Amino acid sequence: MNAPFYNRRAFLKSAGLAASALIGAQMGLVSPAFAKTYKPTRTMRGGSNNYRPNAPMVDKLGDGFWISGKVRQAGNGAPLSGVRIQIWAATTIGGEREPRNHGSVLTARDGSYRMEMMQIVPNFGQPHAHLAYDDAAFETVFLRPVMKSARDTSLKVDFVLKHA
Amino acid sequence: MASRPTPKSARPTLIWLALLGAMTMPIIIAAFSPYLAYRDPAYIIAGFAGIICLALFLIQPLFAAGYLPGLHPMGARRWHRGIGSAIFLCVVLHIGGLYITSPPDTLDALMLVAPTPFSVYGVLATLGLLLTALLLILRRKRTLRYPLWRMLHNVLALGIVGATIIHALQIQGTMGPISKWLLCGAVLVVTCATLLDQRLIRPSRARRHALNHNN
Repeated sequence: MNAPFYNRRAFLKSAGLAASALIGAQMGLVSPAFAKTYKPTRTMRGGSNNYRPNAPMVDKLGDGFWISGKVRQAGNGAPLSGVRIQIWAATTIGGEREPRNHGSVLTARDGSYRMEMMQIVPNFGQPHAHLAYDDAAFETVFLRPVMKSARDTSLKVDFVLKHA
Repeated sequence: MASRPTPKSARPTLIWLALLGAMTMPIIIAAFSPYLAYRDPAYIIAGFAGIICLALFLIQPLFAAGYLPGLHPMGARRWHRGIGSAIFLCVVLHIGGLYITSPPDTLDALMLVAPTPFSVYGVLATLGLLLTALLLILRRKRTLRYPLWRMLHNVLALGIVGATIIHALQIQGTMGPISKWLLCGAVLVVTCATLLDQRLIRPSRARRHALNHNN
């Protein structure tokens, strides 16, 4: 037979879990609605390669390829507005060190950002972009997302930033 | 076999043409890659040095074993040495060109901290090549005896070829995917077949032959 709480071991296990959940909730370890906590985005290997600090603010860098995403605060996931995201990549107009491939945008009120640029092309064996958050308020994050296919014409990259 | 046997004199020519075709086709296909228009000369040279290196791996074991028709054994050995130097030069151009294109990416690769999985294999193949060059110096100085040199060279060569193939297959670059897979497959088959023939089949046949004679 397989009834719940049938044996002592099963009972102790479930009772223990329930107790720890209760205590955890009291101590604020688990938020009321089991809302997920946003873990800070970690810097990726090679993310800062060919970074040129303070890329100029731009409306767009080119046509045809869209980088977009959302920037949130670690923990509660609140959208962060007015945050500067720096973007660079190898495109059809040159490599990662080409100045015309570097630009910055600010996030909107809902924490979203987007920038249009030239088509990203494989560079050093992989089609990828570079993004950076590198200002004072939050900890610096350098990302190097790889596109699923070199033919993709957009890339979505979200940030979760932790207070510095 | 074919309905009409190929005249004996035409066979060497056909073998050479097939080999040259197998080596040059992937290079020609890469030369038509649209990515070239977006790259600086240093990056283009680096890429082609890598492709040429891979193509040379197809012919290099054949020279070593003396399988190619119409060549005197000593001539074949000279070719093997010359191509060995060419491979070394290609690797220098490959890494040098990549360094000019992007120093941080190249240094990451050499320090084995690059995010790209294939760069480790490129570095492994380079280390194998450097080790081969070192052994070659020892061999020239007669510090290394011929059987040991031959064994180490064979093992390193297999490792270099294997690592290079993994390196090449994972890269999204100027090479056409089909011609790249075909060339890599051909290089692997030729390398393994040559090693098997030279290290296992021929020695065992020679032993049997010697036994028969002694009896």
